[in-house]
Amino acid sequence: MIIASLAFYLFSIIGVIAALNVIFQRNPVHCVLWLILTFFNAAGLFVLLGAEFVAMILVVVYVGAVAVLFLFVVMMLDINVTIMREGFMKYLPMGALIGIILLVELAFVFGGWTMSPAAEGLRLAPAPDMADVNNTQALGNILYTNYVYLFQASGLVLLVAMVGAIVLTLRRRPGVRKQKISEQVARRAEDTLSVVQVEVGKGLQ
Amino acid sequence: MEILLQEYLPILIFIGIAFGLALVIVIASLIAGPSRPDPEKTSAYECGFEAFDDARTRFDVRFYLVSILFIIFDLEVAFLFPWAVSLGKIGVFGFWSMMVFLGVLTIGFIYEWKKGALEWE
Repeated sequence: MIIASLAFYLFSIIGVIAALNVIFQRNPVHCVLWLILTFFNAAGLFVLLGAEFVAMILVVVYVGAVAVLFLFVVMMLDINVTIMREGFMKYLPMGALIGIILLVELAFVFGGWTMSPAAEGLRLAPAPDMADVNNTQALGNILYTNYVYLFQASGLVLLVAMVGAIVLTLRRRPGVRKQKISEQVARRAEDTLSVVQVEVGKGLQ
Repeated sequence: MEILLQEYLPILIFIGIAFGLALVIVIASLIAGPSRPDPEKTSAYECGFEAFDDARTRFDVRFYLVSILFIIFDLEVAFLFPWAVSLGKIGVFGFWSMMVFLGVLTIGFIYEWKKGALEWE
């Protein structure tokens, strides 16, 4: 068990350092690379909590896909860091004020937070014992039946994201000569060719 | 819980070995390798030319479209794993619940196919 606590401190310390680097790095591409390290450490912490499936999905989906997407966005933005820093002092008081207000609000929320004693028993699906059923199976047992509406709603959200991405970013470039196989196959000789009998001594005209 | 973590112990050891090995290789080449830089050696070049401009230019937005479509199907596959693991337990209802989910996403797939979003001009 000592190894588990050592691993916990390792993951959380590296995770916090990486997370701080995400906000303090000057180069946005470096920020995204630090973000990937943060995701990895969060995955390690999930494994320590016993949430294997979430940990692996974090690695597969967030590291594999979302971080790549972030890199694309960062590169597409074409951020010039020196220009971005220009108005820094001008916006600092307003930004600091908003930050402090947010911090105070969060302090109030968490200060006034009390867990109801009955909450533990009211949970719809308490986590089963890990010796009986593993983490992935525990999720699968309730996700598709007890939470079917939320599951279908997530499918609809993905559909909306798909359609939205296509509507927003798909551009037809005119003048591109693309293969259209159906048109090519449907082309008939009689539509395009004609045999002309040319009389002797006369031209085609 | 302890059994679960014991199963992950080899991975932790492996991460440690990989990290240590990477560190050893970098430090060893730093110490043992000869390093005699001069301005010509350290200047940036691409294929023998001077670098033309910054590599950080704008990308075509189509790369973004491809990656966002990839993420959506990646998430769809992520939903399939727990379903496949506990298919025996959730019965016919669970099976058809997933089929409806896949059907909804297949509508999106047909849409993007017909729109030509999968083609690269």
